[in-house]
Amino acid sequence: MSDRFLVATRKGLFTVDRNGSGGSDWRIAEADFLGDNVSMALVDRRDGTRYAALDHGHFGVKLHRAKAGGAWEECAAPAYPPKPEGEVDQDQWGKEIPWSTVRIWALEPGGDDQSGVMWCGTLPGGLFRSDDGGTTWELVRTLWDHPQRKEWFGGGADLPGLHSICVDPRDSRCLRVGVSCGGVWQSDDGGESWHCRAEGMRAAYMPPEGQFNPNIQDPHRLVQCRDAPDALWVQHHNGIFRSTDGSKSWREIENVRPSNFGFAVAVHPSAPDTAWFVPGIKDELRIPVDGKLVVTRTRDGGKSFDILRNGLPQEHAYDIVFRHALDIDESGDRLAFGSTTGGLWVSEDQGDLWHCVSHSLPPVYSVRFA
Amino acid sequence: MARVTFTANLERHLACPPMDVSGSTVREVLDRVFAANQPARGYVLDDQAALRKHMVVFVDGQQIRDRIGLSDPVADNAEIYVLQALSGG
Repeated sequence: MSDRFLVATRKGLFTVDRNGSGGSDWRIAEADFLGDNVSMALVDRRDGTRYAALDHGHFGVKLHRAKAGGAWEECAAPAYPPKPEGEVDQDQWGKEIPWSTVRIWALEPGGDDQSGVMWCGTLPGGLFRSDDGGTTWELVRTLWDHPQRKEWFGGGADLPGLHSICVDPRDSRCLRVGVSCGGVWQSDDGGESWHCRAEGMRAAYMPPEGQFNPNIQDPHRLVQCRDAPDALWVQHHNGIFRSTDGSKSWREIENVRPSNFGFAVAVHPSAPDTAWFVPGIKDELRIPVDGKLVVTRTRDGGKSFDILRNGLPQEHAYDIVFRHALDIDESGDRLAFGSTTGGLWVSEDQGDLWHCVSHSLPPVYSVRFA
Repeated sequence: MARVTFTANLERHLACPPMDVSGSTVREVLDRVFAANQPARGYVLDDQAALRKHMVVFVDGQQIRDRIGLSDPVADNAEIYVLQALSGG
């Protein structure tokens, strides 16, 4: 069970701790980087190091870390190598893709057998690897130089973004990443080679002949079941998709009430058929259905969904939950999520009852259990 | 020697005092500044060593034109200001 989670917001990083035995007694214990835009945070489960990715706007993207029990220090932010002279790098609209980190959008530790290895996903789509806990970073050229990478385009942002990184618990060399918009990509050799793995996903925003192109899919978020890693879930731009064969194929989950639109998904760490979502109405109407904030939960692989609303605002609620702003702890019992309007809720019983930690935070980008 | 002064808002993130350095272009001047203050480089220049999108540099009151190559000339005793652009909010 985790008694702590980090909340990255538009105006700072907040550490939330559980006090005592009461389920509702979660409080903000620390506030760091107040006033700064924190796009992503992480506590490395292997050594307790905390990471915070900042976007200073004028001054660019920075990465800070704090060793367990230590103070924050700036470390290297992932930086793109010099763009070769004469290289043309444009998206499908002819817009130039900058070779410069625009946002840190994913941050994950490597496997338990890979001390110091970190992975970082960015806008405009590059994946970076660190072998020294973030002291130095190197662009994964095999993916960046893949010819199909130039077919990617922005989804929800002007530039393509690599937002999800799943390190297979069975084999740390097996990586899966989610890209908006570029589908799901897999490497079985630690990043030496890559293959697009979004067969079965459907893109309603494309003409009929292009809807099943794996490389233009918009998975908003990709998650993998810890104890059954062939089970993966995706909250996609126009629906929910599930794989039970290690992303070889995907199946669309249909007839989801109240809606199949959203950004975030969490999967139970040991029950691969159990997953949570926070729905909005649709892509062109990004507010909760009927102004009621709910979480949906399936326990049967998407055949049916519970609509969880106990403890959540049910009148004039316009909260949207971004893709990294829902998390589940290692026990599978505790969930937490934060919203665009600064609401923060935690549940200790898999979502049956939610407790409000705050309703006045800055817009929440990321929630991560320690 | 040109005098290079940075926006005071940078001081919130790292030390960036004014510096007197030589150089005949903005690139030469800034290279020398960042050789002495390496952490500041990434706050002003992007990964390709171009001026960040929402930063501006003035040389003797004139905003520089070459934001990528930083080839604008710098006279002896020039006053250079590295500031935030209002375009960045």
